[in-house]
Amino acid sequence: MALSTHPADAVIVVRGLRTQFGATVIHENLDLDIRRGEIVALVGGSGSGKTTLLRAIIMLLKPAAGSIELFGQEIVGIGETTAFRLRRRFGMLFQQGALFSSLTVRENVAVPLREHTRLSARRIADIADLKIALAGLPADAGNKLPRELSGGMLKRAALARALALDPALLFLDEPTAGLDPVSAGAFDELVAQLKESLGLTVVMVTHDLDTLWSATDRVAFLGEQRVIGYAPMRELTQAEHPLIRAYFEGPRGRAAREQACKAR
Amino acid sequence: MAASPAPSTVHRAAIRVDGEQCRCEGDWTLDGIEALDAQPHGIRWPAGAARLDGSGIQAIDTTGALRLLSIVADLEQAGQPVRLVSLREEHQALLDLVRERRASAGAVPPPPAARGALERLGRRVGSHARHALEFLAFIGEAAIALGRLALHPGRFRWRALFGNIETAGVNALPIIALLSFVMGVVIAYQGGQQLKFYGANIFIVELVSLTMLRELAPLITAIIVAGRTGSSYTAQIGTMRITEEVDALRTIGIPPMDLLVLPKLLALTVALPLLTVFADALSVFGGMVMARTMLDVSFSDFLDRFPRVVTPTSFLLGIGKTPVFAAIIALVGCYQGFQVRGGADSVGRHTTVSVVQSIFLVIAADALFSIILGGVGLWR
Repeated sequence: MALSTHPADAVIVVRGLRTQFGATVIHENLDLDIRRGEIVALVGGSGSGKTTLLRAIIMLLKPAAGSIELFGQEIVGIGETTAFRLRRRFGMLFQQGALFSSLTVRENVAVPLREHTRLSARRIADIADLKIALAGLPADAGNKLPRELSGGMLKRAALARALALDPALLFLDEPTAGLDPVSAGAFDELVAQLKESLGLTVVMVTHDLDTLWSATDRVAFLGEQRVIGYAPMRELTQAEHPLIRAYFEGPRGRAAREQACKAR
Repeated sequence: MAASPAPSTVHRAAIRVDGEQCRCEGDWTLDGIEALDAQPHGIRWPAGAARLDGSGIQAIDTTGALRLLSIVADLEQAGQPVRLVSLREEHQALLDLVRERRASAGAVPPPPAARGALERLGRRVGSHARHALEFLAFIGEAAIALGRLALHPGRFRWRALFGNIETAGVNALPIIALLSFVMGVVIAYQGGQQLKFYGANIFIVELVSLTMLRELAPLITAIIVAGRTGSSYTAQIGTMRITEEVDALRTIGIPPMDLLVLPKLLALTVALPLLTVFADALSVFGGMVMARTMLDVSFSDFLDRFPRVVTPTSFLLGIGKTPVFAAIIALVGCYQGFQVRGGADSVGRHTTVSVVQSIFLVIAADALFSIILGGVGLWR
């Protein structure tokens, strides 16, 4: 199976991945390694398959070919029982939050706990309240329904649900999209803080250049159906590839870099 | 291979009491503390012990930290203040994070208290009354939009109209055909048993034709269309509300009433009478088939008698009710769609309400027609 050597502390190992919708090939022969404790961002132009890659890794989409390992476990073609055990170990924040609209925030956070543990209802409510607090929401948010929350609070509530099972691995799909700069900055800080204290590995899809500069350890650039650049932000912006240059050399890219260099 | 703590290597979280020494051990993680849940009340806490040694903790996550803090808080409440000591640096940091986050979130308010029976009754009456008024207002708005349309017929959306006639009318033909045929068979069978007993076989023509044309075919068709089309109107408009498509229409300058309601309303007023004529024919045919097999009334006997006993009035009275049914179904379906707020569960709830209300109102309207038409002496 080993197409190439695995780094010793890899949490996610993708080898030779191909995904396609009908005749449209999204990824071809894509390789990616993500190490424990890293914050990795997936970037690339629209339609480069960032979200598709994320969905393949979290078992929502069956790859056409290739292998994906999560925590050393091959996930392509595994059985439902193994998949269920693996699902306990990662959390996913969906782009639109995907909170269950008929449940309160506290009940939303409690859903994974009820499904995966045998703790008492009271204990689960306590844990849910803690996650709500960890995500930076006020305590009274727990009784609210998702439709009563603002966009920023919705993202935080969704993060609380993603953190419900204390996962070792956290996936974020455009976590700061649609947030005001203050909320977006606070969200980045929150993720960094959680990573620091919980030893999380974080994989995120984002277009937010500020997030890329301030919150990531490495950035994987998707283009031409594979990863064409994978490095810390500072190195990636020096890359020669025309797609990468075009992405970061725009006025916004330059402004964000200047900002980041000044901050250093 | 990538290193990972497999679930089998979880060490249960525990508090070990050894003389006056109290020590936390094992994994204080979500996996590890499940076993602990039964334990803490079972611990005999040594009197005077004031230190809980955390150096034995192998791993800790936020759930474990919460558990540890709540054990300390419980002991404190029981008059036994305890200090956590000798934690590893990173464990201490996590514990501090949890403590600090909980403090900054504030006290968790209790969930809102359940309402009393009287209050619930009052709220329900109030909301029903409000909905009835809003529905009347909606009918008024639709009427105004219809009037505006009559003044500017060039603005009418023909494509939407024909599209709706196709989905609500043409596509419903097979199910209407099947069900009305079966209804004709059933009525002929049940009535035929009695007629045979009296030797009045030929009266099956009156029985089937009048029952079907006057009452059952319009009603059955309206009920099928309410379930099939009324529900889809609600679901479509409701989903468009959630995805803000309705607001997008308004912003572009297209009144949602013009695009979403009027074509549906007019399409159904055209389609439902036509479907009913179709149902009339199929159900009478069902009755004919049954009359021949059970009562020896041949097709030609049946068709010979049919025009003599069924007046055009009977036929027209049956058809005449259907535009009203169509308006009820379309208006209720659209109104409920616009009532959708929030998320997916709201779409489901309003779709159910839409079907139940439109069937209820159709039957109520049918009863009203019977009374009125009977009052003016139009029995046949």
